[in-house]
Amino acid sequence: MNISDVRSYFPILNQEVNGNPLVYLDSAATSQKPIQVIEAVDKYYREYNSNVHRGVHTLGTKATDGYEGARDKVRKFINAKSTQEIIFTRGTTTALNTVAASYGRANLQEGDEIVITYMEHHSNIIPWQQLAKATGATLKYLPLQEDGTILLEDVRKTVNANTKLVSVTMVSNVLGVMNPIKEITQIAHSNGAVMVVDGAQAAPHMKIDVQDLDIDFLGFSGHKMCGPTGIGVLYGKKQLLENMEPIEFGGEMIDFVDLYDSTWKELPWKFEGGTPIIAGAIGLGAAIDFLTEVGLDNIQAHEHRLAVYALEKMSTVEGMTIYGPKDAAKRAGLVTFNLADVHPHDVATVLDAEGIAVRAGHHCAQPLMKWLKASATARASFYLYNTEEEIDKLVSGLLKTKEYFSDVF
Amino acid sequence: MSSNNLDQLYRQVIMDHYKNPRNKGVLEDDSLTINMNNPTCGDRIQLTLKVNDGKVTDAKFEGEGCSISMSSASMMTQAIKGKDIKEALKLSTIFSDMMQGKDYDDGIDLGDIEALSGVSKFPARIKCATLAWKAMEKGLKEDEQ
Repeated sequence: MNISDVRSYFPILNQEVNGNPLVYLDSAATSQKPIQVIEAVDKYYREYNSNVHRGVHTLGTKATDGYEGARDKVRKFINAKSTQEIIFTRGTTTALNTVAASYGRANLQEGDEIVITYMEHHSNIIPWQQLAKATGATLKYLPLQEDGTILLEDVRKTVNANTKLVSVTMVSNVLGVMNPIKEITQIAHSNGAVMVVDGAQAAPHMKIDVQDLDIDFLGFSGHKMCGPTGIGVLYGKKQLLENMEPIEFGGEMIDFVDLYDSTWKELPWKFEGGTPIIAGAIGLGAAIDFLTEVGLDNIQAHEHRLAVYALEKMSTVEGMTIYGPKDAAKRAGLVTFNLADVHPHDVATVLDAEGIAVRAGHHCAQPLMKWLKASATARASFYLYNTEEEIDKLVSGLLKTKEYFSDVF
Repeated sequence: MSSNNLDQLYRQVIMDHYKNPRNKGVLEDDSLTINMNNPTCGDRIQLTLKVNDGKVTDAKFEGEGCSISMSSASMMTQAIKGKDIKEALKLSTIFSDMMQGKDYDDGIDLGDIEALSGVSKFPARIKCATLAWKAMEKGLKEDEQ
């Protein structure tokens, strides 16, 4: 499959919005779905919908094979050692909350420190705030450089013997910054801390090798990587997961149930209480097949080209502020910006009238917005189906926006 | 969407309120203070109201937000000054109906507020327009109790 013809696999892109061809530049919020994923979910419901891990009947076996087959696809996708290390969750948020509620509550106490950064999404801030409140641990923030990047020198200064947990995003959903996860992990480990990674903005766009990075936990979401909503993944090293307690109890996760006590299934099922997200997992498996066929290296190269092009073209618009590194080599395929004094909501509304979908607001990263001294920003984010022509449309839409509001300012 | 629709959203009078907001600031002494934000987009408003004998005698606002939310706040403060609490709350109901595209009581002269009626065609922007009104309702309802 060639990167230039992937677009034809996304039926949703072939439509007009407000009288103009849709230009979808909001994949960092959620990606569009290729026909292969839509059909995999459809096929499950039409042909073998059934509960998993129970019943002897044929459909039950097919559903179990589909669900567990998807788990193995995820394992290969991130190069985990074993499917026991792959837990299906509702998304990145649930994955990070599971680490905080299970590992965190059991292993952190007063005097311990948790280290995160200013660029985190709320889902990689609030679980740790809550954990700090519940255990008496202290939450510390790694500072950012002017261009939004992290200096390893600052990591070495902040992480110390009291640090029990470090949690950092692999790619910032606002700045587009790619963080040196492998190096930060080494620093965390040499201080005896576990390393948690928010992979929501990385997994769709680049190869993640959990063994090479040596990270302890990783969370990511299916819906940002061509999969359905409501499915995500928590990866954890086996020896850590084995010593962790489930946080949800009920069907599916038990071994023996007595009147006053019960025992849990083995990994990974002890963390999957209740009927799991079967269709979602099967859809995610199909998304992984699709991304693998296109090739993550090709996807990353394509997005890099788009980022270089977008940075260059958008910088020519007078009054444009672009956040994050100016050097495209340091960033993933998204550009967060403000256009003169026009509020990002107003920018997004005028662009929408042109059929162009961008995100406007605080991007679930209020501490970062404070750091940027912006109450809100607009963001254009790219994926494998976007084109340079679409970036041209964005730029001409931005020029129109400026013109439209020129009377005001 | 045609630019005609956009013109309906961004009417001249809205832009005028955005550029030259009326009643910008904070009232001191014995005033009601209401802080409200729109967590999905980051817009925020601080509304201060002075109420004497069941009447809104003064109103000011501070905040950050888009043209729609800030112009709406400006118009709202202008409209409720000198009104009874009941009248102010009635205006709020009319405004809410207008935003939802419902038929609204047109027996009252809405003045500049009428210009915001185009927002109802932009569902994503309705909560921008209603932020200041919700803050006013919250303050006055608490004061009534």
